[in-house]
Amino acid sequence: MTDAHEIRHEIRIATGDDIVRIRRAVRTVACAARMSLVDRTKLVTAASELARNVIGHGGGGTVRIERLISPSGVSGVRMVFEDAGPGIPDVRLALTDGWSTGQGLGLGLPGARRLVDEFDLQTVVGEGTRVTVTKWTR
Amino acid sequence: MDRVPILKAGDVLLVSIQTDLEDRTVMALREDLAERIVRTGARGVVIDITAVEIVDSFIGQMLAGIAAMSQLLDARTVVVGMRPAVAITLVELGLSLGGVQTALDLETGLRLLGAGPLDGGPSEAQDRR
Repeated sequence: MTDAHEIRHEIRIATGDDIVRIRRAVRTVACAARMSLVDRTKLVTAASELARNVIGHGGGGTVRIERLISPSGVSGVRMVFEDAGPGIPDVRLALTDGWSTGQGLGLGLPGARRLVDEFDLQTVVGEGTRVTVTKWTR
Repeated sequence: MDRVPILKAGDVLLVSIQTDLEDRTVMALREDLAERIVRTGARGVVIDITAVEIVDSFIGQMLAGIAAMSQLLDARTVVVGMRPAVAITLVELGLSLGGVQTALDLETGLRLLGAGPLDGGPSEAQDRR
């Protein structure tokens, strides 16, 4: 059995180029976790949405992408997006479809949440936001 | 920055996206298309996304924007070749792309625009049915 964290990427999120780089890294890790094409597409799309949020709302940040293996042997991918931006004053509102403070469609957070299995959002106003998402291989 | 080439066949402009789309590339494509539609008087635009592995809300919004813009310039846009996994993901994301006309492949897209198969004869796809 291989180490649960054999694949791990840490990528800075500042520009549009970084979003493309993140999509590639997530695809590689999802392939290593033997995810189906549909699940891989969902995960990469979620990563793209969350990375865009980090740039648009958090003023840039980082993402950590890692392969997981659960105690029962199930493979998965976890992504942790962090920024030191203004934080989210009303999390419930931010997770509502169509609500946006930026120019987007307001689908970023709620949309990404639907595309993954586990979604956790920690935010402190004035300090930053951390979004952790996990998708398991079926 | 990569620029997506725009081909012209009759009065249809043809765009085939072959790279992982960067935001700037999509925005440049929108501007290039607007300019080409006006300059050539094209009546239709086909955007082939067969090679596109993911469409997120930004890219989806751009495709919808291109469709709306071309309509204002009297040209219809058809997006062709969306992968099944992309379609499934877009719906779950919450983006139905209601204003964007789609077709399964290039040939069907061209027929929708009244351009038909370029050889003019009956298409193989029809014969097989």
